[in-house]
Amino acid sequence: MNENSDNLIEIRDLSYSRGHREIFKGLNIKIPRGKVTAIMGPSGTGKTTLLRLITRQLLPDSGTILVEGTDISTLNQKELYRLRRRFGMLFQNGALLTDISVFENVAFPLREHTRLPNRLIRHIVLTKLHAVGLRGAADMMPTQLSGGMARRVALARAMVMDPEILIYDEPFVGLDPISMGVIVRLVRKMNDALGISSILVSHDVQEIATVADCSFLISDGKVAASGSPDELHNTSSELVRQFMHGMADGPVAFHFSAPNYAEQLLGRDAE
Amino acid sequence: MIREIWYTFIDFLQTFGKLQLFFVRLVLNSPSVFLRRGGLIIKQIHNAGAMSLVIIMVSGLFVGGVLGLQGFSILSKFNAEDSIGTFAAFSLVKELGPVITALLFAGRAGTALASEIGLMKATDQLSAMEMMAINPLQRVLVPRFLGGVISMPMLTAIFIIVGLFGAHMVGVMLLGVDEGAFWQQLQSTLEMRDVYEGVFKSVVFGIAASLFAVWEGYNAIPTAEGVGRATTRTVVITAITVLILDFMITAVFLR
Repeated sequence: MNENSDNLIEIRDLSYSRGHREIFKGLNIKIPRGKVTAIMGPSGTGKTTLLRLITRQLLPDSGTILVEGTDISTLNQKELYRLRRRFGMLFQNGALLTDISVFENVAFPLREHTRLPNRLIRHIVLTKLHAVGLRGAADMMPTQLSGGMARRVALARAMVMDPEILIYDEPFVGLDPISMGVIVRLVRKMNDALGISSILVSHDVQEIATVADCSFLISDGKVAASGSPDELHNTSSELVRQFMHGMADGPVAFHFSAPNYAEQLLGRDAE
Repeated sequence: MIREIWYTFIDFLQTFGKLQLFFVRLVLNSPSVFLRRGGLIIKQIHNAGAMSLVIIMVSGLFVGGVLGLQGFSILSKFNAEDSIGTFAAFSLVKELGPVITALLFAGRAGTALASEIGLMKATDQLSAMEMMAINPLQRVLVPRFLGGVISMPMLTAIFIIVGLFGAHMVGVMLLGVDEGAFWQQLQSTLEMRDVYEGVFKSVVFGIAASLFAVWEGYNAIPTAEGVGRATTRTVVITAITVLILDFMITAVFLR
């Protein structure tokens, strides 16, 4: 059997640095088809950067990223756009277009890529908005929405073209428990009912545990651990345990590198 | 020290090269935007052009008025007050019209464009379009660029007309210059060549002002501070460039 067919996205030896900071050094990840895959890691490990690399908004320094067996760095713009139409992406802050209404935001990909009649577009958009509970907000402008509402509208927009792959960048940040529950169920339901694959970037350990099939923990530019959330929870690795249980002490330093605390308070570092 | 100057110079050349490539991309994408997204261009003409009308007209009126006053005080030394119309028309059509309109345009529309695009970048709207397989160059940048380029000559024309009206108001109605002489001298001395010079300048300035606004916005550092800085730079760069270009074009037309 073709090895590529069960791996939707395969990342091999990925290295990427921004300025002098190495963000990834030889990262290897295989994202399976039809599952919810979570990518976790402490803040600043480049989780969002990884998503941008997967969708080729950024190019890696070295290493390859295969989407369904195709090396995405070889695509020209037309092929890349064709590939991206199969992706839906939810940005951290929603990234709604601020000059058009909520309805038009969700309708935007349809209007750009299809020639559907207005009645049908209306139907599709209202259905998607209803799924995220914001059908009533269709005529509002994005600036009138709260952060959580904007994210839900963005989710409706990401779904509107019925993508095969949905990418969520920190979908749970800043949501109240009710919308969080709805979104978690929605992610799960869409993945199973529509047979799409989901990639989820987050550091909400609890939510990940309820929704993800498998997860990767990134630390220090590499995959520190992988497996199902339960496996990660019961692992023996110090680093993974620190992250999963939210402990301040462990291999991952909570403090940014600094001179000795006592010395600095006493003013000796200036000498 | 010399090394630093050298690096700054290299840096400048790189940016300049990138700017040219960016300009070429804008121009190459223009025809398809014209054909497929005419509505967006019209919206941007409204944003850049129609929204600048008030500031352009008020400024034009007062610049014209000042020309009337100054012209009268200078020309009356030679007993040539009747030439006040010619004086105002030449100043407005060849110099003040295009230049002041471009500077006002940079302040009103250029900053608006730069900050709008910069904010779209900072809030991931441009990335989101990329991810929806929609080219932000065609959807966001080219319509704004073309809107500016199209608006500028029209704004300049309006500025000149209102300016002439201001000069007429001050010269004829206030200072008592003969109305017939005002218009007659203006008509007989102002040639089509002079008008062409003004039109040419306004087109070039329009391209420059719109290009810098779109460029600065698109290349803004995607933070609140970066967008603010990009807005400031838009005005500074446009103003300097317009004045330098003005000198060069004037020299060429002088022959």
